[in-house]
Amino acid sequence: MKELKLMKGNEALAEAAIRVGCDGYFGYPITPQSEVLEYLTQHAKERTGMVVLQAESEIASINMIYGAAGTGKKVMTTSSSPGISLMQEGISYIACAELPCLLVNVVRGGPGLGTIQPSQGDYFQTVKGGGHGDYRLIVLAPSTVQEMVDHVKLGFDLAFKWRNPVMILSDGALGQMMEKVELFPQMPRTNQIYPWATTGKTKDRERTIITSLHIQPDKMQEINLHLQKKYKAIEAEELRYEMIDCEDADLVLVAFGLVARICQKTAQLAKEKGIKVGVFRPISLFPYPYQALNQLADNVKAFLTVEMNAGQMVEDVRLAVNGKIPVEFTGRMGGIIPTPEEILNKIEEIYVGETA
Amino acid sequence: MNEKRLLEEEKHFETMIAEESLCTNENLVYEKPETLTDTPMHYCPGCGHGVAHRLIAEVVAELDIQDKTIGVAPVGCSVFAYNYLNFDMTEAAHGRASAVATGIKRVLPDKYVFSYQGDGDLAAIGTGETIHTCNRGENILIIFINNGIYGMTGGQMAPTTLVGMKSTTTPFGRDVEIMGNPLKITELIAQLPGVYYCTRVAVNTPNNVRKAKKAIMNGFKYQELKKGLSFVEIVSNCPSNWKMTPIESNKWLEEHMLPYYPLGDIKVPQNPQNAE
Repeated sequence: MKELKLMKGNEALAEAAIRVGCDGYFGYPITPQSEVLEYLTQHAKERTGMVVLQAESEIASINMIYGAAGTGKKVMTTSSSPGISLMQEGISYIACAELPCLLVNVVRGGPGLGTIQPSQGDYFQTVKGGGHGDYRLIVLAPSTVQEMVDHVKLGFDLAFKWRNPVMILSDGALGQMMEKVELFPQMPRTNQIYPWATTGKTKDRERTIITSLHIQPDKMQEINLHLQKKYKAIEAEELRYEMIDCEDADLVLVAFGLVARICQKTAQLAKEKGIKVGVFRPISLFPYPYQALNQLADNVKAFLTVEMNAGQMVEDVRLAVNGKIPVEFTGRMGGIIPTPEEILNKIEEIYVGETA
Repeated sequence: MNEKRLLEEEKHFETMIAEESLCTNENLVYEKPETLTDTPMHYCPGCGHGVAHRLIAEVVAELDIQDKTIGVAPVGCSVFAYNYLNFDMTEAAHGRASAVATGIKRVLPDKYVFSYQGDGDLAAIGTGETIHTCNRGENILIIFINNGIYGMTGGQMAPTTLVGMKSTTTPFGRDVEIMGNPLKITELIAQLPGVYYCTRVAVNTPNNVRKAKKAIMNGFKYQELKKGLSFVEIVSNCPSNWKMTPIESNKWLEEHMLPYYPLGDIKVPQNPQNAE
């Protein structure tokens, strides 16, 4: 029987962490995601024995993740934009040391201390690097509370499959809003021992060293080449996206996360006005569905990228399209969510321009 | 005069122990533990790091806990500690070793976890992590090497640099008016209830080396009891950046470092409240 519940996004994500058999959570309170830590401190220990620790800072929590992930345990942290900025050094270390872990950014409006309202202003930070050096996170962008649950499971699967940190790029609205969710059954904690993990050197093996330090340039280059090869393989195997009514569309809205749902409403409104509008939603932001967008560009007249930022993902849409068709942008910043109507207005602006 | 005395000592030893008897098993007093790798250490001649590494290796070998030990190396001269210590090791970012050790210990509570950190790492950039790790009473051992200077980056001022002491960033000597006083972080963290055992040792003389080993041994043994955090400060030297010979540096350590950083236990678990 399906287990359906009405849950807040942050709490649903925390519940999924318990159910997926997560071994440890290390976090620090920050709005709009503090419910994750609150929920876990209340429920996790008695149900699975999962370690939950409130760290003294995001810097400490990401380094606790680094240490614990190095033991091969399933560990995760969550934060929001300024906190994620503080974690960037640690994330770079984790990526270079190739440790699996799940990171969640419930994005709020910035820059600076900004606002606690939702935003997608951390797209560049999350998808293009964020910390120092050439590394990539696998990035998943949920658009529903259901996906806040599903991406926890998928995120850990991908993290261990590729030995790479995975980031769920959510936003303050998804974290705070309540929706119906279907929960997956409780999974056991695995206690699996990995050959790359620090678990204590036994006589039958060499010691394990988890490090991102390789002083010799040829060795560091080798590490980098290995990472790049891995990222290429991830790009080939882990693309995820959704296309809604794109087949006979004249114009396609490209949006990720919450905004993709607003765009669906816009598409409906457009249909009522006789404009054929589809929605293309990248689910994985790294890897990014460049190829799919490029092919889609052969069949439509224009793309309109909609984001809750000044236009970040639109750069990737333009890269994908490579000049084939116009790529327009509309967005809101500072914690304001665009309405379906204002997106429709933008469509009409472009559409009229196209036909005139 | 020194050379003359050395020659006399040498003769004295020659008459005391014949070479052949030294090589017999019952007279064997020194061997390389298997917890130490064969990699030649990169440390400067006379540096205390090598001795401190060896002591940790000896303790882990003697307690027979190599398969249960996980170490955390810092950023600083001992950044390559994992090249020499034959344990599972994680290399932390600058200052974060105690947070990394916390993460390891929390998910593997039955392992022996230690961090090895210098003064810049532990008492400057990582002060927050140090204090909170100690305050939570994490059941780990922190080994703190205090040589009053940044070694790896070439001799800049450390939080522990003595007043008047010259470094590349205090070329006229540390001025309290500008830089404040050297930080006695060991005395500071000893105040925290989470700290079970806190002591200061040195590795400048054979006697002090033995005491240092005992302190490290205690730190590992107390983990078994799950009583909280053990903190061992090792006052050490830095001949290269102090611009002294190894012998001069050890003399300077005794005359200048030890009066400000006095050796001895700061907190021991003999108090029934602690031992409970």
